Amino acid sequence: MGKKVDALMGWVDDRFPLTKMWEEHLSRYYAPKNFNFWYFFGSLALLVLVIQIVTGIFLAMFYKPDAALAFQSVEMNIMRDVEWGWLIRYFHSTGASAFFIVVYLHMYRGLIYGSYKKPRELVWILGVMIYLVLMAEGFMGYLLPWGQMSFWGAQVILSLVGAIPFIGEDIGIWVRGDFVIGDATLNRFFSLHIIALPLVLLGLVVAHIIALHEVGSNNPDGVEIKKNKDENGIPKDGIPFHPYYTVKDIVGVVVFLMFFSIVVFFIPEMFGYFLEHANFEPADPLKTPAHIAPVWYFTPFYSILRAVPDKLGGVIAMFGAIAILFVLPWLDRNPVKSIRYRSTMWKVLIALFVVSFLILGYLGMKAPTELYTQIARVCTIYYFAFFLLMPFYTKNEKNKPVPERVTMK
Amino acid sequence: MKKISMKNLQRWVASSSALAVFLVGSAFAAGGDVKLKPANVNMNDKASLQRGAKLFTDYCLSCHSAKFVRFNRVAEDLDLTEEQVMNNLNNIGAKFGSTMNNTMTKEYAKQTFGAVPPDLSLVGRSRGSDWLYTYMTGFYADSVRPTGFNNVAFKDVGMPNVMWQLQGTQKAVIDDHGKVTDLQLVEEGSMSKQEFDVAMRDLVNFLAYMSEPRQEERKIIGIWVLLFLSLLFVLSYALKKEYWKDVPH
Repeated sequence: MGKKVDALMGWVDDRFPLTKMWEEHLSRYYAPKNFNFWYFFGSLALLVLVIQIVTGIFLAMFYKPDAALAFQSVEMNIMRDVEWGWLIRYFHSTGASAFFIVVYLHMYRGLIYGSYKKPRELVWILGVMIYLVLMAEGFMGYLLPWGQMSFWGAQVILSLVGAIPFIGEDIGIWVRGDFVIGDATLNRFFSLHIIALPLVLLGLVVAHIIALHEVGSNNPDGVEIKKNKDENGIPKDGIPFHPYYTVKDIVGVVVFLMFFSIVVFFIPEMFGYFLEHANFEPADPLKTPAHIAPVWYFTPFYSILRAVPDKLGGVIAMFGAIAILFVLPWLDRNPVKSIRYRSTMWKVLIALFVVSFLILGYLGMKAPTELYTQIARVCTIYYFAFFLLMPFYTKNEKNKPVPERVTMK
Repeated sequence: MKKISMKNLQRWVASSSALAVFLVGSAFAAGGDVKLKPANVNMNDKASLQRGAKLFTDYCLSCHSAKFVRFNRVAEDLDLTEEQVMNNLNNIGAKFGSTMNNTMTKEYAKQTFGAVPPDLSLVGRSRGSDWLYTYMTGFYADSVRPTGFNNVAFKDVGMPNVMWQLQGTQKAVIDDHGKVTDLQLVEEGSMSKQEFDVAMRDLVNFLAYMSEPRQEERKIIGIWVLLFLSLLFVLSYALKKEYWKDVPH
C-alpha cells in the first residue's frame, strides 16, 4: 500500500510540484517558534474566507438579484423555506463581521510587531489591498438583502461619487446604472460580489502568502530568524509550520468557532450590529429611515468622512485614511520592529491610535451632534498626525536593546 | 435530566451574551423616548402562541398580511392539526400550504387608512417584541385623531384601535410638557386589564415567532454545537501539547 502511494506521488511529482509545494509552504516552511496569541488571526482570516465562499455558493443558488424578489428570496425562501437556509445565511452574515474582526486584529498585530518593515513591505501592501477589496466586497454584499438599510446605506455612500467636481453626477449614474439605487445597481453589485471581487480577493490572498513565505514570518520579538541558521541551513529558532503550527492553529480554529457559534446560534443579529433592525423592512425608495448608519466595520471611516466640513474634502479624507496605510513601511523610520524594544512614546502613540480609531467607529454609528462632531475631528486629526508625523518622531527614538535570538515569553 | 442541563446551558449562553452586550455597549436607542414594557416572549409557551395566532388571524390579518408565513408551517410549529388551522385560523380561504396574504386591495387600504398596512412577517425583528407590546397596549383616546385614538409608542399612528372592544378605552395622563406619563382605563372593555395584557403578550409572542420560526430550533442546535466544540477543544489542545513537547524553550 505504502509503496503504491509513493509510486503515485512520484508519478505526480514528475508532472506537478506537489511534494515541493507541500514542503515549501508547510512541512519545510520554518516559522519562528515564539508566535503568540496575535498570530492566530492570519489563519483564521483564511478560514473565514472559506466559510464565506462555501456559504456564498449555496446562498447564490436560492437568492434572486431582482429588486422585486430579492428581499423575499432572502427572508422567505432562504430563511424559511430552504432546508437549513437560515443556518447558511447566518453563517454568511456573521462571517462578514467576523472577517473584519479577524482582519482588524491581524493588521493590529502587523502594526505592533513591525511586520510591515523591510523585507516585508510587499506582504503589507498586498494585505492592505486585501483589506480594500474586502471593504468593497462587504459594501456590495450588504445591498443584496434589499432591506431599508441596504438601500439607504448604498444610497448615501454612492452619492459620495457626486462630490467629484464636474463629472461626479455622470459617474454616479454610470455606477448605479440608474438615477437612484435600483434593479440595475442590485444586479451589478450581485455580479461583482459573487464573481469579480472574490476572484481578486483569492488572487491577492495567494500573493500575500507567497510573498510572506518568500521572506519568512516576522515574530513578536521582531528578530530575523534567518540570521541564525544551523549546519543544515535551518533557522535555529524556526520550527516547521506543519505539524507544529497546524496543530496549534486547529486550537485557534476551535476557539474561534465557539465564539462564532455563539453569535450564529444565539445572537445572530448581534443586537443590531451584524444584522441591523431596519434591514428587516424591505427597501422603500420613498421612505427614508430616521437614522442611516453603515455596518460597524465601516464606521471609523464614515466618521472621518463626516468630520470634514466639505463633502469632497470628506471623501478625500476617507479614502486617504486607507491609502496612507500603503506607505506605512516608509513612514516608520525606526529600524527596530517589535513594540517590545521600542520607546514608551511609541507605545503611548499606538495606544492612543487604537483609542481614537475605536472612538471614530463608535461615533460613526451615532447621529452627529455638535459635541460628537468635535470629538470626531480631534480623532481624525490624530489619525492622520499619527501617520504623517511618523517620519519625524520615529527618527531618533530611544530603543531598548534587541536580543540576538527570539524569546519564549 | 436532559432538560435541566439544557436549561443551565442556555442560561450560561445567555449570560455570556449579556457580557457581549456589555462589551459592545448600548446597542441602539429604541425608537422615540417612550419607556418600553417588557413583553417576555417565550417560544416554548405553545398555548400562548396558539392564542396569539388566533388573535392575529382574527384581528390583524384582515388588513395586514404575513406573506412570508405559511399556514402549514404554523400548524407544525404550534402543535396544531391541519383541521384546527383550517377551521380556526384560516379565515381567508387559502390553501393549507399557502402564505398568510390578506384580501384587502392596496387602493382600498390607501383610501381608508392613508397608507398600506405593512406586512407583519418580520415586524417582530424590525420593531422588537417590547416595542410591539408597548404599542398594542398603548392606545389612548385622542379626539384630534381621525380614528379617535393616539398611541404612546407611535405618535399619530394611522392604524385604528382595533382592540378597543376587548380593552375598553384608555385616557392619557399628560404632564406640563405635554408628555404622556401614564394611561388610565376610563371605560371597561370585555376583558379585564390583566386579561388584556395577557392577550397582547400572546399576540406579540406570535409575532415574535413569525419573524423567525426557527429560533427555538436554532438555540437547541447551538447548544449541541458548543458541546461538540468544547470536546474538540480538549482534544485539539491535548494534540497541540503533545506535538509541542519537542519544541525547545
